[in-house]
This record gives sequence, C-alpha cells and structure tokens, in this order.
Amino acid sequence: MSEVKFSKEHEWITLEGDVATIGITKHATEMLGDIVFAELPEKGSNVEKDGTAGVVESTKAASDVYTPVSGEVVDTNQAIVDDPSKINEDPEGSAWFFKLKMKDQSEMNSLMNKEEYDKFAKESTS
Amino acid sequence: MEIKKTSLNKLHQSNNAKFVEFAGYEMPIQYSKGIIEEHKFTRSNSGIFDVSHMGQLFIYGDESLTEELEKIFPLDLKNLKQNCSKYSFLMNEDAGIYDDLIITKIEEGYLIILNAACKDKDFEILSNLLGSKFKMNLDNNRSLIAIQGPKSVEILNSIINGVDQLNFMTGNWFVSDNQKLFVTRSGYTGEDGFEISISNDKAEKFVENLIEKGAQLIGLGARDTLRLEAGLCLYGHELDINKTPVEANLRWAISKSRLSNGDFIGSKKIMNQMQDGASQIRVGIKPEGRLIAREKTKIFNDTDKQIGEITSGTFGPSVNGPIAMGYVDKEFSKVDTKILLEVRGKKHPANVCALPFYKKNYVKGVN
Repeated sequence: MSEVKFSKEHEWITLEGDVATIGITKHATEMLGDIVFAELPEKGSNVEKDGTAGVVESTKAASDVYTPVSGEVVDTNQAIVDDPSKINEDPEGSAWFFKLKMKDQSEMNSLMNKEEYDKFAKESTS
Repeated sequence: MEIKKTSLNKLHQSNNAKFVEFAGYEMPIQYSKGIIEEHKFTRSNSGIFDVSHMGQLFIYGDESLTEELEKIFPLDLKNLKQNCSKYSFLMNEDAGIYDDLIITKIEEGYLIILNAACKDKDFEILSNLLGSKFKMNLDNNRSLIAIQGPKSVEILNSIINGVDQLNFMTGNWFVSDNQKLFVTRSGYTGEDGFEISISNDKAEKFVENLIEKGAQLIGLGARDTLRLEAGLCLYGHELDINKTPVEANLRWAISKSRLSNGDFIGSKKIMNQMQDGASQIRVGIKPEGRLIAREKTKIFNDTDKQIGEITSGTFGPSVNGPIAMGYVDKEFSKVDTKILLEVRGKKHPANVCALPFYKKNYVKGVN
C-alpha cells in the first residue's frame, strides 16, 4: 500500500493498485465533534477531484466531505452509516468512507504527506 | 464592541472549553468530553451550566407593581404566592413575542430571568411601560448558575442546606458562605435541577465546590440538545416577534382568568387565535432514519406544497436519533401526520410527533 496522503479539506487517502481508500482525518473529527450522521456516495457513481462525495453531521452542524481525487466509487463503508460514532473512534483506520477506482494516479502528486499535513492542520486551527 | 465575559470565564478556560460568541458573550459551547457525553452526564448525573449571560431583572414595589405587571404579562400575579415562579412572555400589541422569561414573586417585588440577547431591549420596554414608579435593577453583579440532572439535589443540598425542600418552579433566598443566594428549582433540560443567583465574586469558588462534589461543567451545545429533547423553545428559533404564544403551542402559559378579562398587552390577538385557531402551530418532528433536519429546513406535504419550516433540529443523544421542532400549517399539526423534509435537495419522510421527545423528571410535592 502507498504512503498515506492528505488533502486541504482534511481527507486522507491511500492507494492499492489503482483503488484509493478515502476517509476524513483525526484532526477533522476533532474539529467536528461528535459525528451523528454520515452520507456516502453511491456505488458505481463517478466523482471528480475536489467535488463533494458525502456529508457528515455533528451535533452542531453539517459538513461536506470532498474527494481529493477523481474516479468511480467501487465500495462504501456501510458500518459508519449505521453507527457514525465509529468515525470519531477510528477515523484513520476502520472508519474509511469510500473506495475509488482512480482514473489518473498523478492526482496523488499534489496532495500532502503526513508531515506537511500536520503542519497545515496546526496552522489552520491557530 | 468588545466581547463580554462571565465571572466563570477563567474556569471555563482551565476546563478546556471551546468558546463561541453568544449574544455578545464569550461562552463555552463544549468542554473536552464533547456534546454527547456532556448531554448524557447531565441526564444521569449532574451538569453545571454557566447562564450568567442571561438577564436578572429585579423590580421592587408594592401591590401597585403587581397591578402594573398584570397589564404586561398574561399571568394571575395577584394570586401568585411569594417564591413561586411562572413561565411567561413579554409581548407587543399583536401578541408577538419580544422575549420568553421566568418571573418569580419575591419579598420586595419580582425577579425576572431574561434571555441574554433580549435583556437590554426588554429592560427598555419594561422601563417605558412601568415609568419611573418602581426601582428596576438589571443586575450585572450577579452570576447565574444552573445545576441540572438527578444527582443535582444531593450535590447542591450538601452546599446549600434546605434546597431539597423546594418544589419545582419555586425559589427562596438561602445563605451559604456568608452570602445571600437566590435559588429556584427550575431549569431548561427536562431534568430536576436548580438555578442559583450568586454575586460575581463568589461564583467561581461556588462552581469549583460543585465540581468537587461530582458535578461537571456542561457547554451550550449540550444545553441545546437537552432542551430540544425536552421540547422547550429557544428564543430566536421557535420564538420571535412574529410568533404568538398560541402559535408556539404555549397556551398553557396564559392565565385563563386573565384572558377572560382581556386586559393585558396582546390579549385581543390571543383571544382571537384561541377561538379561531392559529394558521400555523409549533410541533415536534421526528425524521425517519438518521437524517438530521436543521433550522430553516423546508417542510412539504405529499403533493409538494410547502407547509412549514424547521426551527431547531439536531441529534438527540438520549433519544438516540434525530429530533426537530418547527411550524406547520394547522391541518398538518396532528401527531403522526406524515410530512417531508427537504435536505440537500432531496425530500425525506418524517412524522409529526408529541413533545417532549424525552420524558421529564420534575419534582413535585416535596412538602
């Protein structure tokens, strides 16, 4: 599996072959608070880089989930729809959101690595 | 304008509060445990809420004050016993609500608790209505602390002996730490609890003492989910100047004897609406599934006609599902009516339901 990459919209992404797994970062869940609702893209649909691909809601507000790369949705994580609190518990592990069959793997190049993202996240909160 | 801080601001900071601006005050929305845990802790144990931003208006006067206030509030104040509290409204001639409030008869007059965002305007309106005959003090030197939840009575009574003898919606002066406190058994969570009016310089120590006894600080976020589960209105959401108490389904708060005399501000409109019914009415709404419908969500019937709007909507941690309140056209206000909520461009099914979502545990008849 590839190195984990991060987007400015606080998604993480890993790549295995041409299938990317995408979720939201721990930092994002800390900003959102308790997540109580998740909506995921439909399997078989196509999503475009930086477009919306879902929604999460905390007790306070709704937030869009974006996809950091383009592709066809090949799988979604029903477990987080059934129990959204899993997203707060394990955001960067078992609580992934969706898997995409990527069209253009060079889209990964513009994303941040862990070190860059941690710095970005720290700066965006202060 | 500089943001205002309550006397507990430092204590909030040292408890890792996340702050928001609310009605010009820097207030804690949540602490490190988060809204859901804070909510559940209040339901099972005892939560402390800093509500010092709310207005504490003392009005002093003799029986003529009661007569003057009866021209303003739809309450039978002449028969209200000393130390008893009532929920009421400050209204305009069209029964539009300037503010909702709790009024308590005290020895020297009345204590009125006002919403933070409305208190200065309320003071102005009441000053104009009452003239200069009575001494009025919107007391900025006192903090207001609420303690809510089943363990609150035990915790508070260990600090202020005797509060366990108060019935719901009554209050009294108590002395603790050489300090006069006004304590009412009341609240805004659907739980048994108290509100304590205490001088600013004693507030922090008092709250630290409550924390030592096992209560925990709770932010405005959980205060909102708690009051919504309890089916209670929030000014600026369910209530505003364009809504009347009848439309808000709060006719229980209007004194029948006062209404038949029709001699308070807004009484004509209220009487008309009571007879003919209001065209829209506040109801409880339960979306199907897990979907959350927030404030301003449009409500439709099954033929695509808009029939209302959501005024508050969130996830209810104790109900373990989404809950909302809103206004719908009268013919759709019956419990179990199927309605549709438009969220992110799609219509989702929901049902009109009875309030509250969460059953109350108020204490009556202690003595």
